[in-house]
Amino acid sequence: MSETRRNWLLSAPGLVLFGVLLFVPLVMTFILSLNSFDFYGGIKPDIGPGNYFAVLGDGYYYTIFGRTFAIALVTTVICVLIGVPVAWFMLKMTPFWRSIMVLVVIGPLLISVVVRTLGWAIILGNKGIVNDALIHLGLIERPIKMMFTSGGIVVALVHVMVPFMVLAVWAALQRADPAAERAAESLGAGTVTIFRRVVVPQALPGILSGSLIVFSMSASAFATPAIIGGRRAKVIATTVYDEFMGTLNWPLGAAIAMLLLVSVVVVMLAWNRLVERRVEKVIG
Amino acid sequence: MRNGVFAKLCCLVFAAFMLAPIVVVVGVSFTPTGFLEFPPSGISLRWFRAILDAPEFIEGGWISLKLGVISATLAAVIAVPAALAIGRGRFRGREALLALFMSPLMVPTVVLGIAFLRFLTVVGLSGTFTGLALCHAVIILPFVLRLVLASISGLDRATERAAESLGAGGWTVFRRVTLPAIVPGILGGWVLAFITSFDELTVSVFIVNPSTTTLPVRLYSHIAQTTDPLVASVSTVTILFTVVLMIVVDRFYGLDRLLIGEGKK
Amino acid sequence: MAFLELHGLTKRYGTITAVDSMTLNVEKNSFVSLLGPSGCGKTTTLQMVAGFETPTEGRILLNGRDLSAIPARERGLGIVFQSYALFMHMTVAENVAFGLEMRKVGKAERARRVAAALDLVHLSHLADRYPRAMSGGQRQRVALARALVIEPELLLLDEPLSNLDAKLREEMQLELRRIQREAGVTTLMVTHDQSEALAMSDRVVVMERGHLRQEDAPFEVYEQPGSLFVSNFLGKSNVYDARLIAADATGSRLVVAGREIAGPAGVTLPPGDVALVLRPERVEVVAPDAALIEGRVIERIFFGNQWLLRAGTPFGEMLISRRNSGRAEAAVGDRIGLGWEAHHIRVLPREEARA
Repeated sequence: MSETRRNWLLSAPGLVLFGVLLFVPLVMTFILSLNSFDFYGGIKPDIGPGNYFAVLGDGYYYTIFGRTFAIALVTTVICVLIGVPVAWFMLKMTPFWRSIMVLVVIGPLLISVVVRTLGWAIILGNKGIVNDALIHLGLIERPIKMMFTSGGIVVALVHVMVPFMVLAVWAALQRADPAAERAAESLGAGTVTIFRRVVVPQALPGILSGSLIVFSMSASAFATPAIIGGRRAKVIATTVYDEFMGTLNWPLGAAIAMLLLVSVVVVMLAWNRLVERRVEKVIG
Repeated sequence: MRNGVFAKLCCLVFAAFMLAPIVVVVGVSFTPTGFLEFPPSGISLRWFRAILDAPEFIEGGWISLKLGVISATLAAVIAVPAALAIGRGRFRGREALLALFMSPLMVPTVVLGIAFLRFLTVVGLSGTFTGLALCHAVIILPFVLRLVLASISGLDRATERAAESLGAGGWTVFRRVTLPAIVPGILGGWVLAFITSFDELTVSVFIVNPSTTTLPVRLYSHIAQTTDPLVASVSTVTILFTVVLMIVVDRFYGLDRLLIGEGKK
Repeated sequence: MAFLELHGLTKRYGTITAVDSMTLNVEKNSFVSLLGPSGCGKTTTLQMVAGFETPTEGRILLNGRDLSAIPARERGLGIVFQSYALFMHMTVAENVAFGLEMRKVGKAERARRVAAALDLVHLSHLADRYPRAMSGGQRQRVALARALVIEPELLLLDEPLSNLDAKLREEMQLELRRIQREAGVTTLMVTHDQSEALAMSDRVVVMERGHLRQEDAPFEVYEQPGSLFVSNFLGKSNVYDARLIAADATGSRLVVAGREIAGPAGVTLPPGDVALVLRPERVEVVAPDAALIEGRVIERIFFGNQWLLRAGTPFGEMLISRRNSGRAEAAVGDRIGLGWEAHHIRVLPREEARA
């Protein structure tokens, strides 16, 4: 048996599973998005771009798409701003404190998003911990509205996403030569300069790959915006959910989902192009 | 070079931020009152006892447990041979194969959710446990594959050649040399896949029916209507479960290795 | 008929020829080294003998038996890998027993032979340890015991000492040779380290770019290099362009940098452009009136047991190696007289400079 045939044979179970349960469903969903729907007859098996026109021709959906990508972008930027320094600090800790920090970063990752978002709902609510504290301190008179706002979603999303950024940056920094920082120091650079001129460039591959993960996951996140944003701050994922489980207009929901898929893929490809060009520049 | 005061302060604030929602959920679950308050005005196990009177959560927990074990095992059984092919082979289509198997991480989960819903509805498996387990296997397979691939790439090809030169046949080499070397990767991948399945909401929310509702979906629909200390106490139990699992994994594999692929020597 | 014979062994990867029609005979119980820089084809040759690479052309005969159609696991060769390739999840004893297990050797017999093999490599006290907790030198011995316990007809060593530090490496050279003699096993070793090859082998095979360049006893290869490449690869050499003007059985005449000097007897090259090779340790520092040429010391390096002088001479730069005899050596800037005996000169064909 040839090597190549053996390799394909070993991959065959996976190929079958993915063919039947990933490829076929995605194609079916695309076809579904071309079907039409009416409230009495349900899904009709005709084919046409009507749902896409309906979405692209309605300002309501533009608001939702705009909100979704704005939230994803802001979340990504905040994750970079937090993740890079934290990863750098972690690298310089003593092994004991580093293992504690690893737990702090990774631990939440392994706890259900629903549970963590519940925590944020309790913290950010009108009668939540933050508002209570601020009122007690006399800083505000009426509670600040944080639940059911984009801001609230961003806070909770950053909590969900920042571990991915820290891990990506940390992996990049671990590959770097730690002596480079000492070299910069010996040449007279201060901490801020070292961070800006040595650490950030070394972390860049991690920042780029981390940003891609964080952005695409934030853009398609469901649990956090569903619980924190509710019906008032809807994003694409929650809109799709409502179309499928509420109004039961599956074709329209499928069209929205397809648009999400396409925009995420486009962003990913564009980003990869950017990263490759950057890598080419570094390698020469 | 050590961290300065500023760096330490940053880490402290970061740690507080990361732990805040978890501490809050755990804290709230001990309240003796009927509403969410933090810090709790007293300590009571009232809401933990209440779980016993909430069969839907207990049942959801069992379903999630069963689902996690079955789908993680299924994913491992499929991912290990694929990883062997991708990790060692030099053949056309290798890159494409890897991209395909990693693709569930790239497709937005909500898209996967509706695609599975559509597919299962058409083939008549909608809401069934079988359908749920198959779909979970697809979305958690990348986690197993990544860890097994990492352990294969760390394997010295010469070790297998050594076994071969000593007279071992293909199957014996695999069983006695290759497999023991990648077992940590398989176990690590299995645990990560199990946890992912156990916590999965976005796909499950589309494809469960009332008799197959998983714990995260139960929690979500409960929270969507009302937030009472009961969801907090159920959450606390799942946190405890995860922590125990983490401790076990850390002892045998190393948590950092589980998620970064390097770490504990 | 030799014990191991390679006949026109060739390995091509696409358009690259890694090993080019290599023919070699290895006598029973001898220790033969394949020596050469990286990429010379020595490892590929070993892999073909081991059965991990299929030759493009040529045959490998072991004890008269053609190995071509026999898979690696049935060749019964003992192999020590560069990385040792120990089974990290098995104890030392389990590692050593693996090959016997594959041969279905009974338990009692197995235990006896494992113990004997561990005894041979002086590791009996560590039988129940795992390799993870062992030093490089110890791992090396485990790998050796594992290869020898199956009583192979042929032992293959792939850069066996390259992962050890310098001091341990020297110890292991002697140790490896002792073990090889005691086990009485024909051995083929791959190495890029010329001192290792010279110290350990009965025969040295120098390879370059897929070709066998020279095969001989260590002393012969060092003293009578057949080409500039071999001369430069084994030890240090001073090489000068020269012209051969006369040669017969009693001696020869050479012109270097406009001076005529006496050369060795028995040069078979035709008169014309040649390369003159002079080992640093054959050049003597002598009184100016007895000198063949004069030089000025440019650099002086102390190695403990010897000095190395670099001097500017009419021929060009010359390296001179001097045993440390406890006296102060000529200092930088000193003028010194240099001499040598005509029979220490080697006359080799001129080679085009290589990229």
